[in-house]
Amino acid sequence: MRWLPNTDADRRAMLDRIGVPAINDLFSDVPSEVLDPVLDLPPAASEIEIGRVFEELSGRNRAAGDGPFFLGAGAYRHYIPASVDALIQRGEFLTSYTPYQPEISQGTLQTLFEFQTQVALLTGCEVANASMYDGSTACVEATLMAARVTRRNRIAVADGLHPHWHETLTTYFHFAGLELVQLSGAEPGQWLPASPDALPDDCAAVLVQYPDVFGAVGDLRPWAEAAHAAGALLIVAVPETVALGALRSPGEDGADIVVAEGQSLGVGLAFGGPYVGLFATRDKYVRNMPGRLAGETVDTEGERSFVLTLAAREQHIRRGRATSNICTNSGLCALAFSVHLALLGETGLARLARLNHEAAVRTAERIEAVKGVSVANETFFNEFVVALDRPAEDVAAAMQRERGVLAGVPASRLYPGRDDLANHLLIAATELTTDDDIERLGAAFEETLR
Amino acid sequence: MPNLRYTKDHEWVSVDGDLATVGITEYAQDQLGDIVFVELPEVGRTVAAGEEVAVVESVKAASEVYAPVAGQVAETNPVLGDAPETVNADATGDGWFLRIRMADPGEFDQLLDEAAYAALTGEA
Amino acid sequence: MSGIQSGAPDRAEPLLFELGSPGRSGIDLPAPSGCATRLGSAERSTGIGLPDLDEATVVRHYTRLSRLNHGIDTAFYPLGSCTMKHNPRLHEKLARLPGFADVHPLQPASTVQGALTVIDELARWLRILTGLPAVAMWPAAGAHGELCGLMAIRAAHEAKGEARHRILVPDSAHGTNPATAAFCGFEVEKVQEGADGRVDTASLEAALGPDVAAIMLTNPNTCGVFESDIQAMAEATHAAGAYFYCDGANFNALVGKVRPGDLGVDAMHINLHKTFSTPHGGGGPGAGPTVLSAALAPFAPLPWVLHEDDGQLRLLEQATGPAGASFGRLRAFHGQMGTFVRALAYCLSYGREGIRQVAEDAVLNANYLRSALANTLSPAYPGPCMHECLFDDSFLDGTGVSTLDFAKALIEQGFHPPTVYFPLVVSGALLVEPTETESRTTLDSFIEAARDLVARAHGSEADGFANAPGNAPRRRADETRAARSPVLRWKPSAAEHR
Repeated sequence: MRWLPNTDADRRAMLDRIGVPAINDLFSDVPSEVLDPVLDLPPAASEIEIGRVFEELSGRNRAAGDGPFFLGAGAYRHYIPASVDALIQRGEFLTSYTPYQPEISQGTLQTLFEFQTQVALLTGCEVANASMYDGSTACVEATLMAARVTRRNRIAVADGLHPHWHETLTTYFHFAGLELVQLSGAEPGQWLPASPDALPDDCAAVLVQYPDVFGAVGDLRPWAEAAHAAGALLIVAVPETVALGALRSPGEDGADIVVAEGQSLGVGLAFGGPYVGLFATRDKYVRNMPGRLAGETVDTEGERSFVLTLAAREQHIRRGRATSNICTNSGLCALAFSVHLALLGETGLARLARLNHEAAVRTAERIEAVKGVSVANETFFNEFVVALDRPAEDVAAAMQRERGVLAGVPASRLYPGRDDLANHLLIAATELTTDDDIERLGAAFEETLR
Repeated sequence: MPNLRYTKDHEWVSVDGDLATVGITEYAQDQLGDIVFVELPEVGRTVAAGEEVAVVESVKAASEVYAPVAGQVAETNPVLGDAPETVNADATGDGWFLRIRMADPGEFDQLLDEAAYAALTGEA
Repeated sequence: MSGIQSGAPDRAEPLLFELGSPGRSGIDLPAPSGCATRLGSAERSTGIGLPDLDEATVVRHYTRLSRLNHGIDTAFYPLGSCTMKHNPRLHEKLARLPGFADVHPLQPASTVQGALTVIDELARWLRILTGLPAVAMWPAAGAHGELCGLMAIRAAHEAKGEARHRILVPDSAHGTNPATAAFCGFEVEKVQEGADGRVDTASLEAALGPDVAAIMLTNPNTCGVFESDIQAMAEATHAAGAYFYCDGANFNALVGKVRPGDLGVDAMHINLHKTFSTPHGGGGPGAGPTVLSAALAPFAPLPWVLHEDDGQLRLLEQATGPAGASFGRLRAFHGQMGTFVRALAYCLSYGREGIRQVAEDAVLNANYLRSALANTLSPAYPGPCMHECLFDDSFLDGTGVSTLDFAKALIEQGFHPPTVYFPLVVSGALLVEPTETESRTTLDSFIEAARDLVARAHGSEADGFANAPGNAPRRRADETRAARSPVLRWKPSAAEHR
């Protein structure tokens, strides 16, 4: 049998050594009437057969690379250098677990320490953790942390938060006893007003997405000032990490907690997961942070070493009083992120961000010329929203069916039932978007909107 | 040595007038091991007896510290921020945690005395 | 920058930030055109501070770091309750097929039928293997699955107009159990274990009452034994109007042999990175699909996968129609596709007979270790055990050697230590989980090493334990220093001072 090294002879000898006649004697604590049920499942398949099954299943999906592709809305298609995958597939990284024994886990611990440093630099924060499940759950954890720090229970959310992140907050808040206060504000494609509404009393945090769900970007500083004046923290949620290569740093502009979806670097689309959540904050809040932390120390010979530290915040020690119930993080995705960012470096990340922005600018310029399409954004990074002259879902479906172009995410997918957004389409471009893709998108709009 | 009283949660209390000084016992610091951090309350906070007022962390453990008596937090030990190891070195002296202005100084007498606490920790 | 990548292999490696040199590049990107930007006032005007590195340096950096790690691929890894079994490379290859790795979560359903089929088919396997009628596929890890289960339980009570506040959890539980219950707004109440390592049914029944929302039990529990009274406990729980959450971290002992649904379980997460062999990756990503009983199924999180009349699959992403009672969304998008592909491939490789053999061999291997070491170490409870065996530290009495010292000495012998000091219910716990993918030969070598060490601990060499391990990439680390004055990132100034 696959991956089971013991033979029947081994099993026989082992049972003899244990001193029982049959395997089910080891299951003697299990009520016999529930043991060994009949299972309506197929017999074993060979490696060759399994390869065929999954090739066929994979073939029933339209891969992003199969044609022009402009989807974003919280997941972005980027080029992943070949060495990223080669390195994360090293067995010493792939098949290890949480580094409980530092003497034989320095590889994982040092890469986490480096990851924390990269995330802190990228977000403009003082300190970052060793990763969360994804951006949306990191965002929830940020709001819960803000509530702990301020001992307040209301979170004010600015317009433009990704609906999936928003719905995730709503779910958690119901159970955690937090209140979500929605701030009114922006039209799709427009950045938030420069002077925020009066904040509700006793607000633990103000949460702003940057770029917002429709791609708009703008100044965070007035929002930081308003939050701080009200005794609240500013949480900035970044759905596209590559944007931080071109945008002002949220931490330097006053954010107290920055969370981000790190999928864009090293991880890939993967139909939505696994991804990697980034979480960064100020030094003074470090003991209120959720998640694992790697820290520097020395071993008994004085050699620089890394360990998991500040564990007294965590569930395995603090149990019911932990800062979070999180145990496993997203280690291998964090490693992929870190390797990709190491390869890019300061120069490469700036260039990558610039290429993304330019691809989006070229895309916007091409389709602004199409009758029936109007770009709603004044500002954007690599994604913007267009208003069409008819329902976006129908247009996108026709473009996909007839021209093989995945033109974008209809806003109705994220905001069902919002009539005012029925004609809006979110369009993203990255360094993988070619001039030919852009031309095919423009031509497909022209044909479909005729 | 001032007159010390104790709680079943391994805190000690000494009194000067209506001011109670609170810390953790020698037994507690020994159980926790190397103390790495002490979280102290804001001065001025009003606390009920039994309410959580501080948290003490070692590398592998964390423990809540409860107000042994009701009152208002009058002072916290400034040394513990940079030198939490003071608790290990001198738990019932320099390693004190906070001072509470007692609402009812009579509460002190209801705490465990030396013998009762020793019985609790099996060190009688 | 002062870092040098040389010297003894398997020792120190500089930090990335000590290896950079401005202008180097590990990636080949075309030159930007320099067009006018549309970033407005948000355009970055300052640097970030990342190092510039060439590809060879980066590859060498991570390769050198990898050599400081112990993995399943390098040697035996009997870390109790973590199920460090072999990770098949076939699954890595399959997960990287473009139809899974390069598909966007918001593509139209017609373009992702293969991906939705993987989710649907894995869900079917999990329902059949657990005997429960529904499964929420989306939790990102075990603890997230616990949250999913408790949210469904609270939603079910709320739907009945009941506000129950308490969750009963035994002391032997994983720390995530009480943390999750608290996270979900419940009060946690402990229940006692008996002397045999099992929850005491009488004390559980005594604790049940109209305010109890659920019990959370692990089965097999963290002492490595099956809760033999589990059906009676489930009945008592249901009779009190509460639900039974089972922590499925140890499902690998039962997969194919016992269906938790037959034991009265209402909700259970399944760690795909344990039972179904997806890689642990240095601490994730995992996946924690959560099976639900008929009573809890209506409250399952969004989205729901629906079968259309034309045979197509689609995602229902709003709490409407059949999902009208859903408690909502647990995260963005829909689950850990990469993990699902690996787990489904694992199921297909074993089939219905093989997957039963997985559980049998896991239990056989653990009992073999237990028997062979019963007179050397000190088993905490009478046998048989399930997939892991728990020892306490009484075998070290009088030696001056602690469980931690013993674990560090095992590192010197080339093994990853077992889980130590967990569960909390026995003194100096050593929790050993060999898994089914280890051969008898490997187990024999571990047994021999453990016997040698115990003999040394009782002999004249006991002093040596305090300094172990002597041959690992590092000696013991100063964890107190790390926690007292945390250094959680590299800083330029620190490097200049060094």
